[in-house]
Amino acid sequence: MTDLYQSQRAMRNMRRAAMQRGVIAVLDVGTSKIACLILRFDGPDRLREADGVGPMAGQSGFRVIGAATTRSRGVRFGEISVMNETERAIRTAVQAAQKMANVRVDHVIVCFSGAEPRSYGLAGEWELQDSVVTEQDVARVLSACEVPDIGDGREVLHAQPVNFALDHRSGLGDPRGQIGNRLACDMHLLSVEASVIRNLLYCIKRCDLELAGIASSAYVAGVSSLVEDEQELGAACIDMGGGSTGLSIFIKKHMIYADAVRMGGDHVTSDISKGLQVPVAVAERMKTRHGGVQATGMDDREMIETGGDSGDWEKDRRSVSRTELIGIMRPRVEEILEEVRMRLDAAGFDCLPSQQIVLTGGASQIPGLDGLAARILGQRVRLGRPLRVQGLPQATTGPAFAAAVGLCLFAAHPQDEWWDFDIPGERMPARSLKRAIRWFRDNW
Amino acid sequence: MRPLKPDAVLLRDPAPSRAAYRMHRLWLTPLFRSMLRVGLPVFTVTFSAGLYLSDDIRRAEIARTWESAWTAVGERPEFQVNLLAIDGASPVLAEAIRSRLALKFPLSSLEIDMEAAAARIEEMDAVADADLRVRSGNVLQVTVTERLPVVIWRTPAELSLLDIEGRRVSRVFSRMDRPDLPVIAGEGANAAVPEALALLAAAGPIQPRLRGLVRMGERRWDIVLDRDQRILLPETDPVPALERVMALDKAEALLARDVTAVDLRNKDRPVLRLAPDAMTILRAPQGVETGASSL
Repeated sequence: MTDLYQSQRAMRNMRRAAMQRGVIAVLDVGTSKIACLILRFDGPDRLREADGVGPMAGQSGFRVIGAATTRSRGVRFGEISVMNETERAIRTAVQAAQKMANVRVDHVIVCFSGAEPRSYGLAGEWELQDSVVTEQDVARVLSACEVPDIGDGREVLHAQPVNFALDHRSGLGDPRGQIGNRLACDMHLLSVEASVIRNLLYCIKRCDLELAGIASSAYVAGVSSLVEDEQELGAACIDMGGGSTGLSIFIKKHMIYADAVRMGGDHVTSDISKGLQVPVAVAERMKTRHGGVQATGMDDREMIETGGDSGDWEKDRRSVSRTELIGIMRPRVEEILEEVRMRLDAAGFDCLPSQQIVLTGGASQIPGLDGLAARILGQRVRLGRPLRVQGLPQATTGPAFAAAVGLCLFAAHPQDEWWDFDIPGERMPARSLKRAIRWFRDNW
Repeated sequence: MRPLKPDAVLLRDPAPSRAAYRMHRLWLTPLFRSMLRVGLPVFTVTFSAGLYLSDDIRRAEIARTWESAWTAVGERPEFQVNLLAIDGASPVLAEAIRSRLALKFPLSSLEIDMEAAAARIEEMDAVADADLRVRSGNVLQVTVTERLPVVIWRTPAELSLLDIEGRRVSRVFSRMDRPDLPVIAGEGANAAVPEALALLAAAGPIQPRLRGLVRMGERRWDIVLDRDQRILLPETDPVPALERVMALDKAEALLARDVTAVDLRNKDRPVLRLAPDAMTILRAPQGVETGASSL
């Protein structure tokens, strides 16, 4: 754990260095596409004096100067399966974005969707020594949290303190300087498969880039597509990607739960491909152009040419009705949503005061999805698009880029995590030096 | 039916190779970029020029080529100067200027150093100001302003003519060469020529008797008349003092008497110096006889 603590701290320092240099890249490694955005930070006070525009969520402090998307290769379920192919895809995206921005980037913040995220709620308590909460006390209460057994071969991806309580007052954002006796904190810890992170790190290193941060795409999609009051009152963001569907639950502007379903839009495509006996590319085109999940009266008359290149005239000249297409797509989408429902139920989403559900991600663009989702997930469902940030090209403002945009916000204004706080005094090396001196004094 | 030509074109991998990716990143590095775009051309040009010029023979060749090109241009008839025209100088001075410039015509106007030539002419005593220009018709025009002599200055060595500023104009061999000019003498007389001229103007009534002015101790003037008479003028305000003498002379015919010097150096105590025996001669008709000596 200390190892991870150090590496995460190193990443934070890298991020700070990148902010100082002013240019940082964000990279969304997804199953169906890899998106790279290059951000330029012009300093925090550039927009301050502009009319009524405050710093907001940090999105006024930067500008997107380069954007590139490429088809992802060698990624399955949001995890890297063929390293060389993924490396090439990352290189393509980064080079294209650099070309557009006409600047070289060295630091990159990455998000990915797979790796079986698991959430843990941690609680810790600390008796204050002199009734005023200092930074050291905050650090101690964080390190006093009981760490659950996250399993072998797993790493902590996020560890965010979500709540501080001082004696009987709960819901403190920043307890420093307050007076009390007993400081308690709740922490949300998200663990992922370590091998996935290692693969990703290796890929980034092979591209001559320095990793300045790493995030779960379920979390960053929530950051970008939930509006402020949804984050405050409680909402779930469902990021329907190509290979996996991430879900994250927010309340009081903190993520309290995140999970991923290992199914996504690519599975819908492969169902179509298998069911209609067409190539995957054709199936993808049929899904995006004619797909849907709600049957209408027109569907039987809307015939879709499959086309083909097999040489068999009969096979190549087939056409299917839209009803058949919907009949293939709908069960799979229902299955994904049912799975999401199960995860939400397991997380206790019912108990939240507001149960807003926001669908985002590339697969959320299926026509009629909101109606279907409302039946399965509950009435309060809406389709979400990512926040608008400065300089983002029109082509990358769709819901498929929720994670990439959320990563921009994450880069500009990261949530405090466990490793951003001071190291508690006991662990400082100065202490051991003191102990060594004492040992000398006692024995000589 | 199968299409005749299968259009299964092998799609090129859009991913850049590792080397291409690295080159692109290197190219986007600002320092590298500026080095390549500015540093490299500057280095190449400097280095190749240095390499080319490091050979003595080539350098000599370049110098010769340049020389011959310059000469070829200078020898064109448009740049030729065939004649020297001197304006504003007396024939003697013009001859002196000609010999001093010592130009051998025909000459290219590119070879004439006008500044130096003008300076050389202006070094001559008789020239106040010289202006050189190449006129159309291939003529080198020299316009000279001569110095105008106003007095003759007699020094132990020679007689020289001075202009109003006291600058030497030329030498004369005899006083009779310029009888129209007054004579001044004494060390430092050339520094006070305007004052001398003012005194000469004030001494109009005694002009025929005037022999000259002598500068005494580089501070005051003596006027020397014939019969060895002298008027000793003070250091300050010599002209009013001279006018006073002129008035006395007019009223009392002072200078016609047997006086050797009129001393006005102290204006409160003018002194007359009589000739030796003048007093005796004056007193003799009155029957006064003293036992004094010649005083």
